[in-house]
Amino acid sequence: MTTADAISLPTSELPVVAPGHTYGTVTDQISDVVLKRKFGLRWYASVALTLSLVMLLTTAVGYLLLRGVGIWGINQPVGWGFAIINFVWWIGIGHAGTFISAFLLLLRQDWRTSINRFAEAMTLFAVSCAGVFPLIHVGRPWVVYWLMPYPNVMLLWPNFRSPLVWDVFAVSTYATVSLLFWFVGLIPDLATLRDRSRNPVLRVVFGAAAMGWRGSALHWQRYQSAYLLLAALAAPLVISVHSVVGMDFASSIVPGWHSTIFPPYFVAGAIFSGFAMVLTLAIPLRAAFKLEDFITTKHLDNCAKLMLVTGMIVAYGYSSEFFFGWYSGSNAEEFMTLNRALGPYAWSYALLIFCNIIVPQLLWFTRIRRSIVPLFIISLIVNIGMWLERFVIVVTSLHRDFMPSAWAMYTPTVWDIATLLGTIGLFLTLFLLFCRFLPVISIFEMRELVHDTAKKEAA
Amino acid sequence: MPTTSQPIYGLLAEFDNVEALLAAANKVRLEGYRKADAFTPYPVHGLSEALGLQKSIVPLLVFLGGAIGGLTGFFGLWFACVNYPLDIGGKPLYSWPAFIPITFEMTILGAAGMAVLSMLALNGLPRPHHPLFNSQRFQLASRDRFFICIEAADSRFDPSITRQFLQSLHPLGVEEVPE
Repeated sequence: MTTADAISLPTSELPVVAPGHTYGTVTDQISDVVLKRKFGLRWYASVALTLSLVMLLTTAVGYLLLRGVGIWGINQPVGWGFAIINFVWWIGIGHAGTFISAFLLLLRQDWRTSINRFAEAMTLFAVSCAGVFPLIHVGRPWVVYWLMPYPNVMLLWPNFRSPLVWDVFAVSTYATVSLLFWFVGLIPDLATLRDRSRNPVLRVVFGAAAMGWRGSALHWQRYQSAYLLLAALAAPLVISVHSVVGMDFASSIVPGWHSTIFPPYFVAGAIFSGFAMVLTLAIPLRAAFKLEDFITTKHLDNCAKLMLVTGMIVAYGYSSEFFFGWYSGSNAEEFMTLNRALGPYAWSYALLIFCNIIVPQLLWFTRIRRSIVPLFIISLIVNIGMWLERFVIVVTSLHRDFMPSAWAMYTPTVWDIATLLGTIGLFLTLFLLFCRFLPVISIFEMRELVHDTAKKEAA
Repeated sequence: MPTTSQPIYGLLAEFDNVEALLAAANKVRLEGYRKADAFTPYPVHGLSEALGLQKSIVPLLVFLGGAIGGLTGFFGLWFACVNYPLDIGGKPLYSWPAFIPITFEMTILGAAGMAVLSMLALNGLPRPHHPLFNSQRFQLASRDRFFICIEAADSRFDPSITRQFLQSLHPLGVEEVPE
């Protein structure tokens, strides 16, 4: 395919897998990344960089445990600060992985095949990063069992009717189901690695992980049944997770949070930021491992389109906030809306509108959706924009609520920033390890895709 | 024909495309072999029907898992909220709409856990070793080859007749797999 084709063809005619591939070539090319490829200097350098960020995280968390949450910028009234901003941001990023693996599977979108594996890995790692924050935000994690429902002399008991407790169930279910989905998808590929590896130690490791998978017709039948059902369960689950996160805010009476639009608008924002992260990871990944045959222009183009759609839903969410600020007839809501856009944090709101609404409009142009560099830059901008969105929601709502005597400004400290950078390091480290030790593309589904594509062409 | 003193597990025929495999699987079923299985590098549409496999009971078990999860969630919450009362704004203790999100999450958790466990348990996994792994060619079942195995345990199995039958299906080769 020439460069001119890549820009002029309609998306439906772009190939999902480069022509000329057979079962053997897709198997070899993807498994060789794990089995044969040497660990280059670039990989070591990247891991060294991201691991040093992980060290920053351990330092920041260690100091936090020593001194308490006072080292952060949180205060009264802004008690949530970076911890919740980062939590919501990371959880949201995970959503595109589940969206790709579950929704697109149920909708029979064949282009999902080559990106679902690493997108699911992204989900798992993002949820792991998110999980760090509520745990360290409790201040004294060593007595975190006080949150558990057990009869105790302090007469402590969780309020199960609170969205914050729902969130614990939603996020832990989401983490568990994502892990199961990812692992079940990996089983046949682990068997491929077991069968193709010439290294006796790796054969044992992959063999144990594949659990004796043989690809029997009877096994595949149950496997497919379980896999489809997992997808059907994960689809409503992913909607529920960010809805519950939205309800953490919406069920309070804080102006700027008390809004029925929150759950759906949070879900759209989550998928928006998730697709941005998928592109941020996919673009370097396909270049580094020469996977352009499998992650084609079609994938980038489709992800960009989904980013545009979800971005527009998010834009609708922002405008409805303005509408309800006025329509509520509540002084506090009205003030909050104006304060958000024009108050001391106006810079963050303006940047948010720029990153999340103005820049993504470039994705209307086919040429931009299909050029690597602009798309990569836009995906980074959207990632930043979605982080800012959570900053705006958390900080501008809390810092000036009903009582002017209780107003305060919120400024993050160096430890807040260190923790955020640290989790980015953790995320990238896990991802770098994943892409060298496990197949980044689902091999068995690629073989299926090769078969289906050949059949379609013959017809 | 090699005669081994070792007991055999079955006869393994190798194919290099799906169409040949499906045609062969149909003939194996029509010939009356019941302990026969196919091995493919990806799930092949229509193979279960060709081999005459029974429908999977995974969906039923998943439903049960979901029901157990959901009921545990709902009634667990009822128990926890009514027996350990917290008065929040005078709201009733049994305020069931507030139980729904957790009930929903527990349903999904129960169903998803059951989907994976029942799939593995019914498939007899993990199983570290299997006689088929004795075959060198069988490694290609996870790459680009398709296999049909008729087990020696089948009542219609006869080493020479079954081998002739498999040869008639035009495979790339037929191999004896030791137990």
